[in-house]
Amino acid sequence: MVGAALAYGLQRRGLSTLVLDEGDIAFRAARGNFGLVWVQGKGTDFPPYAQWTWTSAQSWPELNAEIQDTTGDDIGYSRPGGADVCLDAEEFEATGAKMRRLKAHAHHFEYQMLDRATLAEMLPGLGPTVAGGCYSPADGHVNPLYLLRGLHQCLLAKGGRIDSGSRVHAIEARDSTFLVDTGKARYHGARLVLAAGLGTEALASMIGMRVPLRPERGQILVTERLRPFLSMPVSRVRQTTEGSVQLGDSKEDVGLDEGTRVSVMNRIAARAVRIFPHLERARIVRAWGALRVMTPDAYPIYTQSPSHPGAFAAACHSGVTLAAAHVLHLAAGIAEGTLPAALAPMNADRFDHA
Amino acid sequence: MKDHYDIAVVGAGPAGMAAATVAAEHGAGVVLFDEQPLAGGQIYRALSRQTLADRDVLGPDYYHGEALITALQNGGAEHVADTTVWEVTPEREIGISSGGIARLLSADQVILATGAQERPFPVPGWTLAGAMSAGAAQVLLKSAGLAEPDAVFAGTGPLLYLVANQYLKAGIPIRAILDTTPGTNSLGALPHLPGALMGAAALLKGRRWITELRNAGIPFVNGVEHLKVTGDESVTGVEYAHRGAWHRIDTNRIFLHQGVVPNVNLAMATGCTHRWSDAQLCWHAVTDAWGESDMAGVAIAGDGAAINGARAAEYAGRITAYGALHRCARLDAQSRDRLAKPCRQALARERRGRAFLDRLFRPADQFRIPQDDSTIVCRCEEVTAARVRASVALGCIGPNQLKGFSRCGMGPCQGRMCGLTLSEIIAQSRKVPVGEVGALRLRPPVKPLMLGELAALAVPPEPEPGEH
Amino acid sequence: MRRVPRLDAPRVRIEFEGQSLNARRGDTVAAALLADGHWQFRTTPVSGAARGPFCMMGVCFDCLVEIDGVANRQACMVEVREGMRVRRQRGASDLGADDSAIDDHGGAP
Repeated sequence: MVGAALAYGLQRRGLSTLVLDEGDIAFRAARGNFGLVWVQGKGTDFPPYAQWTWTSAQSWPELNAEIQDTTGDDIGYSRPGGADVCLDAEEFEATGAKMRRLKAHAHHFEYQMLDRATLAEMLPGLGPTVAGGCYSPADGHVNPLYLLRGLHQCLLAKGGRIDSGSRVHAIEARDSTFLVDTGKARYHGARLVLAAGLGTEALASMIGMRVPLRPERGQILVTERLRPFLSMPVSRVRQTTEGSVQLGDSKEDVGLDEGTRVSVMNRIAARAVRIFPHLERARIVRAWGALRVMTPDAYPIYTQSPSHPGAFAAACHSGVTLAAAHVLHLAAGIAEGTLPAALAPMNADRFDHA
Repeated sequence: MKDHYDIAVVGAGPAGMAAATVAAEHGAGVVLFDEQPLAGGQIYRALSRQTLADRDVLGPDYYHGEALITALQNGGAEHVADTTVWEVTPEREIGISSGGIARLLSADQVILATGAQERPFPVPGWTLAGAMSAGAAQVLLKSAGLAEPDAVFAGTGPLLYLVANQYLKAGIPIRAILDTTPGTNSLGALPHLPGALMGAAALLKGRRWITELRNAGIPFVNGVEHLKVTGDESVTGVEYAHRGAWHRIDTNRIFLHQGVVPNVNLAMATGCTHRWSDAQLCWHAVTDAWGESDMAGVAIAGDGAAINGARAAEYAGRITAYGALHRCARLDAQSRDRLAKPCRQALARERRGRAFLDRLFRPADQFRIPQDDSTIVCRCEEVTAARVRASVALGCIGPNQLKGFSRCGMGPCQGRMCGLTLSEIIAQSRKVPVGEVGALRLRPPVKPLMLGELAALAVPPEPEPGEH
Repeated sequence: MRRVPRLDAPRVRIEFEGQSLNARRGDTVAAALLADGHWQFRTTPVSGAARGPFCMMGVCFDCLVEIDGVANRQACMVEVREGMRVRRQRGASDLGADDSAIDDHGGAP
């Protein structure tokens, strides 16, 4: 997702761009993304990330329009606001405290802590044992797979190239050119952007960059198509434009295991039916685990090689929320040769003294 | 039902029944799960309750299953019917659902005997109401004594001629038989003929069915090159190309069939490795001489592993049971080998004509890989061949990327009706072998499961190394 | 469809789209509907296209109907019971949620 966004961002600024993409079953975080374009709760204790998230959310309508105009396809983006449902008083307190901390430095951030009755008016069918939740008008959602497809289409439409089934074996920096070897072919370019999800760490080390990453699994359950009942994404329950309902939000450290585990699925299911009891009768038609790209402090890494200034690396777990910022702002910086100043606090060197 | 068994068998067709019966005979605690209310699988469906007046209609091969069912009923295996198995983990934890309640149990050894399904038959109009598979026609005949007069039968493969023959015996008129077996198949099958002749009975049987159908005056068109089912809301006719010319038959009912393929979803979701078989144009489980897959303790028997037919499935079931019995220390290696020997001989005998049949009834490329781009490939999500090919052009090199971009494979059937077509279209477009393209990545639940059931599931406490 | 001569199973009365229908014990709902001449079981949630049973063995998921108020049940996998009420599955299920939860336009309520 990050790679596709940056590639399109660069191509649309006139830089001829080639994407080297791995195989059909690579660790594709994009496939596991829930699809939220989410502002609330982001960067609560790290203002630069809150600001970057806000920038992206505000730019999202522009990205959406561009993709729609170029491809003619609807990628399912909407911004109806979003809710984080709290199941008990404790969760409600904790969430309220978190939002207050965020608001303290992110003045643009609008939110309301709503009791159950008020929230139920926005979310028909809300379960009787729910304590309430946090509503923010800035939140939205999109179909992440259609977004990825749309970015690919836009990249190609602007003259970019995608080489699928290409795994990079070696990278060499020579003068101000980067040589990339996939085993099948060798390419050279004036700029190098490493946005290969979990694979970024190994690739970065080939040219002396350090990008510490670890996988964190999230599992998702998807139901059969249902008639629309949920217009607003709820942090763990989201109804897509096709009608299927996605349920998720789990976190596990299981290495590179993309499987599913019934205990986690059970917990996701139990929470979902507390939030919307009528979902008890919905059928799960598929479930999967996907690996999030996690940095040591969970905030993105945007970094430029000090020894080879044309090389950049980008890694984050919110590739969908940040897609607009990546296409419309970060790509501009990379094109011009420096990262935007706002991203300096998210440089990889913040981990060097760790 | 207990929480733990020595051996759990999934599927009560010939392989599963034979495996469960043998395993119980040797003192193992055995449970046999099946979705249907009665044992028999599809081939012996409704046999234990069969009330057709004339036994000649369904034929002796069908009634052969009586012995298997009786042996199961008299044996010590616990047969749990009306139950869906939605998960088998590599640790052999089994998720089942019955009567709206899901539960978990475990077993030392698991034998998957999920049998076969019919190969998809993606032709334009195949999703119209009034178009069913020939296997469906047979199920209706077996389980409800129902038959549809004046239907068109189209396709290739022994089951097509068998069902038509059963209709004939039942006195049900058939409108026409459109045979899509490529004319060149006979030539390609010749090298396998010597092996097949040793199992001549099966060959002669097939020939007899076809002769009887012709002699009954049923219009029989050989070498059909293309098919289109026409209609708006339901079937109104079928158009077919024969020797370059198009013809049309007005009809409201058509039965399609082009062979059977293993039902692989549960085995794949468990993580068992499969490889592409060019001989059978489908995925085969990779197993050892005892049917054990590369997931320890998970064996696969019968048509669910590779298509060898119902008789072979019985012997394969027994062999995997002997293997499983040994692995859970109920049978020493010598006894295991001794008991398996006659089964291996019988299995080899049953398999003799297989290469010939596979070659003779090999479905033509154009019927497996639709050239008409308007053809629906994914029935659930209504994704056309055009959309599939466009996704390949966008850079999707395999079915999983393609699923993300097109929704192909995202419906409730979980790729059962589109998976093979998808992999073959991609392989053809990219000009690479199907084995390189791969299959849809499957995970539990392998059949849709109600959220409420999953939410209420009693999950045994387990060490959770990674969750936070 | 026509019944082939057999020892008759007892009749089972079910309802399809509000009309009484005579099935036989042991029939699946799909068989009962087909026997009564109904081949269209549902309209799809994707395009509204009419569909009916295809495989009769639980693999194709095209024979989905509403049985006794529960949506999207595979008609070929459920045996008839006296008094069963069957309806066509029209598009996506609403899970029997109360009316305020259903918004046919998909917009915010």
